[in-house]
Amino acid sequence: MLMFKRKPVKTVLVCCGTGCLANNSRAIYEGLKKRIEESGARASIRPVTKATGCNGLCERGPIVKIQPDDIFYCGVKATDVDEIFERSVLNDEIITRLLYLDSSTGERVKSHRDTEFYKRQHKIALRNIGEIDPASIDDYIERDGYRALEKVLTTMSPQEVIDEIEKSGLRGRGGAGFPTGVKWKQCARVDVFPKYVVCNGDEGDPGAFMDRSIMEGDPHSVIEGMLICAYAIGAERGFIYIRDEYALALKNMAAALEEARKRGFLGRNILQKGMNFDIEIVRGGGAFVCGESTALMASIEGRVGEPRVKYIRSVERGLWDKPTVLNNVETWANVPVIINRGAQWFRSIGSEGSPGTKVFSLVGKVKNTGLIEVPMGITLREIIFSIGGGIPRDREFKAVQTGGPSGGCIPKELLDLPVDFDSLTESGSMMGSGGMIVMDETTCMVEVARYYLQFLAEESCGKCVPCREGIKQMLGILEDICAGRGREGDIELLLDIGATLQEAALCGLGKTAPNPVLSTIRYFREEYREHIQNKYCPAGVCKELTVFYIDQEACRGCGLCAQKCPLGAISGERRRTYTIDETKCIKCGQCRDTCRFGAVKNRGRRHDNNH
Amino acid sequence: MPAGSIEEGLSQAKEIIGKYPREQRFLLAALQDIQKHYNYLPREALALVQEHFSVPMSRLYSMATFYKALTLKPKGKYVIKVCDGTACHIRGSSLLVEELQRLLRIAPGETTTDGKFSLETVNCLGSCAIAPVMVINDQYYGRVTTAAVGKILEDLEAKE
Repeated sequence: MLMFKRKPVKTVLVCCGTGCLANNSRAIYEGLKKRIEESGARASIRPVTKATGCNGLCERGPIVKIQPDDIFYCGVKATDVDEIFERSVLNDEIITRLLYLDSSTGERVKSHRDTEFYKRQHKIALRNIGEIDPASIDDYIERDGYRALEKVLTTMSPQEVIDEIEKSGLRGRGGAGFPTGVKWKQCARVDVFPKYVVCNGDEGDPGAFMDRSIMEGDPHSVIEGMLICAYAIGAERGFIYIRDEYALALKNMAAALEEARKRGFLGRNILQKGMNFDIEIVRGGGAFVCGESTALMASIEGRVGEPRVKYIRSVERGLWDKPTVLNNVETWANVPVIINRGAQWFRSIGSEGSPGTKVFSLVGKVKNTGLIEVPMGITLREIIFSIGGGIPRDREFKAVQTGGPSGGCIPKELLDLPVDFDSLTESGSMMGSGGMIVMDETTCMVEVARYYLQFLAEESCGKCVPCREGIKQMLGILEDICAGRGREGDIELLLDIGATLQEAALCGLGKTAPNPVLSTIRYFREEYREHIQNKYCPAGVCKELTVFYIDQEACRGCGLCAQKCPLGAISGERRRTYTIDETKCIKCGQCRDTCRFGAVKNRGRRHDNNH
Repeated sequence: MPAGSIEEGLSQAKEIIGKYPREQRFLLAALQDIQKHYNYLPREALALVQEHFSVPMSRLYSMATFYKALTLKPKGKYVIKVCDGTACHIRGSSLLVEELQRLLRIAPGETTTDGKFSLETVNCLGSCAIAPVMVINDQYYGRVTTAAVGKILEDLEAKE
């Protein structure tokens, strides 16, 4: 098989992340690989495994890139394989119809770098994803991989490593934003051994998949980050805790550990410098609370994952009561780059209080859903409207939810808010791990609050009373409001219970649990009042408070709504008007989503009497 | 992958447990492997775990009821997981759950009497870009509509 020995001229990168896989990208990969092998053409296919959207746009997946020509094809189908092979692999032609279509200009864009989606991004943690084959350690090494490890082992003392990380101002990407260098310093000071290094890959926030794509797409960057910390604090063992649902991340991480061991980056006498360190994978059991550091450690120890009171910090007594540094996946992936390029360089990106970049999963009611990495300090408006392309169907933006169940909803008045740890916290939300869920006028804020509380009620470990009982009571009130049983005084009661939780809950999850409720009351109190006093859900989501009807003035009689209605509740005559049979209507909103004339409206229950 | 049945005997469970050293930290992993093989934690297998790791049965029950990945009841041949993460939720995942409930006549967390389908809601599958998402065994379905749900079930029935 001589042809494989030649240096490849073209590289075809097929996104095989979970999202693209769901769109059959594996068949495209297999198809292209087969064609290239059979023909003996001077190209090699490199399977790139990446998560949904991290190639940018799972929205427009599956994605195929061709290097060095820098061609970016999206929405590729298995039937396009032959054409891509003939025209763009064998020859240097571009297939225009597969290029990214810029919806604002109507033009096709050849390189992903020139698209609105990528232009404003700055990739540090995601630097390799989409560019390398995660199964190949050589790909990683080729892009400066393990060079930072070599640098610290040959030219830096542990103290110098800690100083560099501290100077860089890197803050933990898992949520709270604690300075990473300070954490390492505190742990290094403790004179108790063994010490442990832990990676939190228990990404549990609904609506977030940053860590998954890093573990899937660039596992070695996490391993290298952990190695550098191990050197700095003097640890010999590490653990990576990964959600059991993340099958591909588990597989790629396990393979990467094995490769790293073979090459002498893990194990005994690493790079002949006398350092010993190895990493084990622990599979999570599917409990949200295990994302909390002390609960996670309990779970690694093989116990029920309940948090403990942190009188003594984990850096002194963590895993098995030994000094432990625990950081999130994205934090680890940042470390090698900081060592290679220096703290000064890192500080030059982002904002004063939050240097560097942050990865977000931009999802919900936004045109370009996907994974993005942006410099800190960028505004929400830039993220949602420039990178995200705005709201589908040109509906009105209502709020963006950040920080997962511990975060809050930020309204349109604050769209120009710079995104960093401190300003998000000030707004009543938080950075969290990086979920960013865009909501439009058809999203009910009361129902969103109810949704998060229900999530938290299920996930509360039940150890402390404020969280266990408080969340349950708040949820009950919200369920009542959404079902049309809201009463005067409910809002005040919610605020009261919420304040108690913030004060009295045992762990960070409990303390932040009321955030979704408090932030929606703060910015959308009027919507709560509509629910309680007028029995009306303006968004048309709460079924008991929604009555859909067709505005006879606006209806053009196209009949699309009648076709879409799963219950056949809409009748009428083409080119005249249609009506909804309220007794049959299940309020799924399909008709409203289908109507191009905005004729399907919601009048709520308040008008029932004068109907 | 067909799930093992308890009638096959417990040799598989013994093999799974035997892979792990008798240390508490491997308890969760052993339980997960048993869950994966049998689709639930059979009482008989738990007895073996108890013996191997020398932990009280109450402890195993506390683990089994705490971690979502573990169940004490058998699951169906097809496990339908509807993602109810935030992105899926605001794109209408609860409507999918309602439709499945209507078609299968079971509530989330239940299994049809013929043992064919289990219905579950999960918090986030990390595929928010193609929300709403549904996973049946290992197959992902993106941008699912209420109309598509019936079709997907029919296809599965047809495969039988």
